[in-house]
Amino acid sequence: MSVHAPASVGLVSPQTARFEEPLLLACGRTLAGFELVFETYGELNDARSNAVLICHALSGSHHAAGYHSDDDKKPGWWDECIGPGKPIDTNRFFVVCPNNLGGCHGSTGPTHTNPETGERWGPDFPPLRARDWVHSQARLADHLGIDCWAAVIGGSLGGMQAMRWALEYPDRVKHAVVIAAAMKLSAQNLAFNEIARQAIESDPDFHGGHYQAKEANPDAGLALARMVGHITYLSDNAMANKFGRELRSGSLERGTEDEAEFQVQSYLRYQGSRFSGTFDANTYILMTRALDYFDLAREYDNDPVKAFRHAQCSFMVLSFSTDWRFSPARSREIVDALIAADKPVSYVEIEADEGHDAFLMPIPRYLAAFSAYMQRVAREAG
Amino acid sequence: MRQDLTHILRWIEPGSRVLDLGCGDGGFLEQLERERQVRGLGLDVDDDNITAGIARGLNIIEQDMDESLANFPDQSFDTVVMAHALQVLHHPDKVLDEMLRIGRQCIVTFPNFAHWRCRLYLGTRGKMPVSKFLPYNWYDTPNIHFCTVNDFEALCADRGIRIVSRDTAGEGADQAWLARAWPNLFALTAIYRITR
Repeated sequence: MSVHAPASVGLVSPQTARFEEPLLLACGRTLAGFELVFETYGELNDARSNAVLICHALSGSHHAAGYHSDDDKKPGWWDECIGPGKPIDTNRFFVVCPNNLGGCHGSTGPTHTNPETGERWGPDFPPLRARDWVHSQARLADHLGIDCWAAVIGGSLGGMQAMRWALEYPDRVKHAVVIAAAMKLSAQNLAFNEIARQAIESDPDFHGGHYQAKEANPDAGLALARMVGHITYLSDNAMANKFGRELRSGSLERGTEDEAEFQVQSYLRYQGSRFSGTFDANTYILMTRALDYFDLAREYDNDPVKAFRHAQCSFMVLSFSTDWRFSPARSREIVDALIAADKPVSYVEIEADEGHDAFLMPIPRYLAAFSAYMQRVAREAG
Repeated sequence: MRQDLTHILRWIEPGSRVLDLGCGDGGFLEQLERERQVRGLGLDVDDDNITAGIARGLNIIEQDMDESLANFPDQSFDTVVMAHALQVLHHPDKVLDEMLRIGRQCIVTFPNFAHWRCRLYLGTRGKMPVSKFLPYNWYDTPNIHFCTVNDFEALCADRGIRIVSRDTAGEGADQAWLARAWPNLFALTAIYRITR
């Protein structure tokens, strides 16, 4: 804590929970048992009524806030919003953030050993749906003695999980905070995810997903997948402001043959290579498929109003003006369905230049509206 | 509490579903929830108002009613309220139509531009009235569609809107009878309960 800002949760360490009871998955297969790695911040109150669940997005992890060591340069992925005095105020809430099942940060996933074969799961890990994450997180809630979440909160893919929670366990969620999400992906979104998977699968080091057995890693494919993704998480303006057409090296003067490199190229390469060093390719494929397959209302006759009638919680929906991956129009569809289903809902559209990534940024109006809502959640949690 | 809001409160059924268009900082909606146990939803476009309403624990939607209210299903609210917002709308007649589609009853309040002080100001000075009640200059006012009691009732007659009841707020409680007897001259605020 000492070296880090006072608004930080400080030093944190992950925990692991092991679940022996088999988990029946949406695909029809069963996981004999599984582990979830998670972090918690703040204290659970005596009534066990102040717990909030953070659902992470595509490339997130259980490390949402604070630092793992004094030497850590970067805090958890949502440190802007989780901590003392922040929107998800750790002075008031007991915050739980697990790594999703099928992830690559410690929870049971493709890099783990399949107990039935003694081999790594690799590409044979069962395909997962958002509902599988929700059911596995419900086991974690049981494990922690939490009957009902004061709130389930998530951005992007995390927002989809929050909505699924509201439908699968209506009596275990008081509030759902759905940020920069959608009830289903658009064709454009599906297309971007397909490019990402193709980039990985066409890397010769992918070996049909058995790269670990070959002691290889599809670094180039993963990096390319991340680069494409990264562009879609930013807005045109955000990229223009951050990089413009600035050169990192070389020159565009007449009379030089040197290749010029733009700043944005170098940035994307850096992001790509950093990602391929820390993220598992099979997990990336699994996560993007879960995103693709998500359709909130599919089993409710494709009627989101009918779907949301099952919810018993209040909703807070937030979107960002320049987010073209999960645009404000997608969030308004959620809001409209909730209004038609006569469910309590608030909606705020934040002016922000940062595109989809804005949900991770300290944008004053975003933090103010998010905090205002979470204060209500805290009051109701007692 | 503004006089028009006290009047509105009487017309709200306990436990009903209420949509407040242009809910401001949510003060009135909060009172409705407290005193009438309504299931309330507020609409506003101002950042600070929206945050203030959410901080009160209200359900607030950021939406411009002037653009569209098409996302609200027919007859989905018991009451739709619009207090002191009619005059700032670009399309007051269309918004009224939408209110009547969404709500089983609608309550509209607006400043009466035919109040005798307005008439006197314009008649003697020949300038757009500026007062404590209407504190803007003509060029910077958000009030772009002023109307009078007579104007509003003419619109209702024209559009087949039924006026269930009319109430008024005058300059003081002692002058309430004047505003009731000659609303177009003495009502500062006109308060209507309408249906279709």
